Amino acid sequence: MNVSYQWLSQYVDLQDVDSRTLAELLTRGGVEVDAVESRNAGVSEGVLVGYVKAREKHPNADKLSVCTVDVGAGEDLQIVCGAQNVAAGQKVPVATVGSVLPGDFKIKKAKLRDVESYGMICSAKELGLNEKMLPKEQQEGILVLPADSEIGRTIQDFFGLADEVLELGLTPNRSDCLSMLGVAYEVAALLGRDVQLPEVNGALSALANGDLSAADHVKVNIEASEGCSLYSARIIDGVRIAPSPQWLQNRLLAAGVRPINNVVDVTNFVMLEYGQPLHAFDRLRLSEGIIKVRFAREGESLETLDGQVRTLQSSMLVIADGEQAVALAGVMGGASSEVTAETTRILLESAKFAGAVVRKTSRQLGLRSESSLRFEKEVNVDAVMAALDRAAVLIAELAGGTIAEGIVSASTATTDPLTVGIKLTKINDYLGTSLTGTEVQAIFERLRLGSQWSSADDAFQVTIPKRRGDISRDVDLIEEVARLYGYDNIPTSLVYGDTTVGALSPAQAVRRTVRRTLAGFGLDEVINYSFTHPQKSAVVPGVYGDKPAVKLALPMSEERSVLRQSLIPHLLDVVAHNRNHNQADVAVFEIGHVFVTDEEKLSKLPEQPLHLGLLLTGLMQSAQWLQAGRAVDFFDLKGVLERLLASLGIFDVTYSLHAADGFHPGRTAQLTVERNGQTVVLGVAGQLHPQVQQEQDLADTYVAELDMYVIASLVDTQIAYRALPRFPESKRDLALVVGREVASSTMVDVIRQVGGELLQSVQVFDVYTGEKIDASKKSVAFSLVFRHDDRTLQDEEVQSIIERILQALADTFAAILRS
Amino acid sequence: MRERLEALQQAALADLQNVETQQQLNDLRIQYLGKKGELTEVLRGMAQLSAEERPLVGQVTNETRKAIEDVIEQKQALFARLETERRLQSETIDVTLPGRAVRAGALHPLNKIIEEVEDIFIGMGYTVEEGPEVEQDHYNFEMLNLPKDHPARDMQDTFYVTEEILLRTHTSPVQVRTMLAKKGEVPVKIICPGRVYRRDDDDATHSHMFTQIEGLVIDKKVRMSDLKGTLLQFVKQMFGEQTQIRLRPSFFPFTEPSAEVDVTCVMCKGHGCRVCKQTGWLEILGSGMVHPRVLEMAGYDPQEYSGFAFGMGVERIAMLKYGIDDIRHFYTGDLRFLRQFARL
Repeated sequence: MNVSYQWLSQYVDLQDVDSRTLAELLTRGGVEVDAVESRNAGVSEGVLVGYVKAREKHPNADKLSVCTVDVGAGEDLQIVCGAQNVAAGQKVPVATVGSVLPGDFKIKKAKLRDVESYGMICSAKELGLNEKMLPKEQQEGILVLPADSEIGRTIQDFFGLADEVLELGLTPNRSDCLSMLGVAYEVAALLGRDVQLPEVNGALSALANGDLSAADHVKVNIEASEGCSLYSARIIDGVRIAPSPQWLQNRLLAAGVRPINNVVDVTNFVMLEYGQPLHAFDRLRLSEGIIKVRFAREGESLETLDGQVRTLQSSMLVIADGEQAVALAGVMGGASSEVTAETTRILLESAKFAGAVVRKTSRQLGLRSESSLRFEKEVNVDAVMAALDRAAVLIAELAGGTIAEGIVSASTATTDPLTVGIKLTKINDYLGTSLTGTEVQAIFERLRLGSQWSSADDAFQVTIPKRRGDISRDVDLIEEVARLYGYDNIPTSLVYGDTTVGALSPAQAVRRTVRRTLAGFGLDEVINYSFTHPQKSAVVPGVYGDKPAVKLALPMSEERSVLRQSLIPHLLDVVAHNRNHNQADVAVFEIGHVFVTDEEKLSKLPEQPLHLGLLLTGLMQSAQWLQAGRAVDFFDLKGVLERLLASLGIFDVTYSLHAADGFHPGRTAQLTVERNGQTVVLGVAGQLHPQVQQEQDLADTYVAELDMYVIASLVDTQIAYRALPRFPESKRDLALVVGREVASSTMVDVIRQVGGELLQSVQVFDVYTGEKIDASKKSVAFSLVFRHDDRTLQDEEVQSIIERILQALADTFAAILRS
Repeated sequence: MRERLEALQQAALADLQNVETQQQLNDLRIQYLGKKGELTEVLRGMAQLSAEERPLVGQVTNETRKAIEDVIEQKQALFARLETERRLQSETIDVTLPGRAVRAGALHPLNKIIEEVEDIFIGMGYTVEEGPEVEQDHYNFEMLNLPKDHPARDMQDTFYVTEEILLRTHTSPVQVRTMLAKKGEVPVKIICPGRVYRRDDDDATHSHMFTQIEGLVIDKKVRMSDLKGTLLQFVKQMFGEQTQIRLRPSFFPFTEPSAEVDVTCVMCKGHGCRVCKQTGWLEILGSGMVHPRVLEMAGYDPQEYSGFAFGMGVERIAMLKYGIDDIRHFYTGDLRFLRQFARL
């Protein structure tokens, strides 16, 4: 809603309140003003209405003309003009020498092809007017003003440019401020002043036509009561369609509504004034004059004012003349009964259509109008008749008609005014204030809410006017009190009650540890979108199998049409993005939800596990002056995972070679642990399949995806202290030659088993393949540490265990001690 | 004999004076003091001396030896010092060269803000609650006083999966789920961080996916002044002790009264600048007293209990705090962006 300051000041005294102050007042009161714009884009005083007395061809230029212009200054001005449409006898805007146009364009005396020019005849654009709001014929060339425009009048005054427009950013509850009067009530309440309503009744009787009864020319029938609770109509006869007077056009222009003709302009003016949309039918183009408010028949068609033929649905409300639909109720009129230049008799409609019905119709047709916008939010039923009378008077005044006797109306529901009770203590308890009954009463009075205060009951009975449909409960009244009292005046306090202990849940704490640990290892944290392309979702299918993705019903693009099932595809996008910025070394992680379902169409919420994704590619260590760069490999990834999981107390993870689509079959592991006899899968880690790498134009890339909920369930934060050893340890290294296919972890298992309690630790410290041994073999070197808790071990004891270990390794793997 | 010794001493000291290398020093030591050295040579003559002269000459001999040895020792010390100096000189490195790289990653700026906010409220006795991102219309709207066809649903244009299942448009459904799980118990003191989704075309200030943190308190006698006090305490901790708040009436379907909350501009400290459009204030929070319908539906009697709720956009706070000009940076994984946040 765009509110003209000058227009608003017709209803509330704003003499001591400028537009900026007003904007601040409204914003702080809860009606946010997004912007205050001057209507004057920069037209100075010396731009005047001029009269073109004569136009002659420029002697030296085909496209120019030399005009003699009277601007009421005594002496006529000679002005060279380049516009094709300039003609003698026109009234035009003239920027005289010394005046300024928008863009700080100063008008000087000029010589154009040897002819002197004392000013400039202006187009609408040069005046900074919004051309789109003007009739077509005023958009091209110089702006031709009405013939009756007063010569010498300033253009500022002519277009009412000494005005500011407040752009309201209204919240859905304050649809009462979709009208000048609604804003006036609000401003009056905030300032504690009166509202001056338009005077209608006197004019109404003056313009009445006693010979004509509305009832003879229109009947009203509401057949769909759920769509319309009140329909009223007047007949205005003998109108002459013409452009509206400039003051009315200026009001509409200020509000951003395009002037059309006097009748339509009045309906729009009154809509803006009262918030009540009106519609004017050409009565003589309606064949029967029997208005029926009914739902459309499925498939029924109607040509609307915008020239489009609409196919209607049975949920849409129409106004029919007899059987024929002639308007889409509350949304747009029909072409067949549109007011035209020939119209003489007007049927003026003012009604209350149900918000939900209008909203649905407007949505289904993709057709929104100033009218539908207001009906959707429920118009004020008390303004229906008032707006009808106001518009009838203005039409008769401006279009020269008379008003037929009486209103023809039908209503299906009348509602008593709502009364809401509230106790003073509740107000104060709720706000933390200590207002008195008198103070609250004064606030209700400023808001023009009828209130009765009973000090015995400590309670108010408040009658809510229909224009404030947003007030229906006690808390709504509390908000009104708080608003008017001023949110700034509410004290600050802290919640009473028992102290509560705040904390992260264990799973949340684990998440923080994981993030910090990974950042500490040098991985950067990323956050990627949850929406993805259906094909992207299938890049690394191995993580989630081939379940269907959750699809958006109306995606904004195919690129973002399904929910991700894995974190990996977007991590690959991160690599691509950084590669495009010359950064090939990427080590990143993300913790985020993925979405898993078995259903093609969801009947219940999908599973939404929280995953941890990691990606390493390029150099693990970048080349530096003292060390060469080193490319990432599987063991960098595994090292990160091992250290991460160990820091969470998860030490017993098994990494087993794992075949998964999209992964390198020889360089991918599944991570599992055994708990209570069950194998629990943590996730998968490995190199992308070389084919995927090639398709995605990636270097060797290692990725892992783990389930954070599983990890959280395995976390063991209990630290069991063990006394420091008192006896020395005995250390032995063994290098064993085995077949290349033997997994080192299985050798460790055997060593541990045979080593028993005395074997404190066993670690692989070297793996060798090459010239010195058979090509089908590898040498694996282990470092073994033995210790007894209560005494020093004898060499012979250790030696005997070593021999047993060697024997077992020989038996199991045909391992030979490397000499 | 004595004369010979004195001459020897003088000669030795004169030689030593000119010594420049360790080798020369060693040679002179052998020349004068060695087994076949000149002093030994002189001492051989002792046998011819009388018993009375012997102690005297012996004393002089010792003095001579001592004098030579002292000078040699001094020279030795000097050479050692020079040697050390030479070694240190040769070991000198360019300390301005960069150190051996230790990798350090960066936490995502949005998560840094979330943690900061969480920690402030945890300190005030709140717990952190979470819920599903794909949510039921029921929890996202209906239970929040937004029945189907409510005009206010336009405020949050929604991604639907089916008619009943959608991408949550705010983290408020977590509040609903928490209240229902509490089955009428009080106090409820929670904050709910999480991703939310709205049908917005992505540009510098809009994102179809963004991050919210909401808070909810329900107890007996919770007042709007408590909301103001709580938010004031929060913004002082988040943005600095001098930060003030200003509440403006607003509308949310799930609160009544509702308020937009402005804080003192973090850039200009309230003096007025480009960021705050010269107002000195920045709008960063929405808030209000929990609507009685919402309490009722979640199983709390509004006659007995009241509560407040608030919510903020994490991206907006991060953008203000770090001076980031484009919301899309949060989601592109650009390392040049992310690494700027590799600080605690």
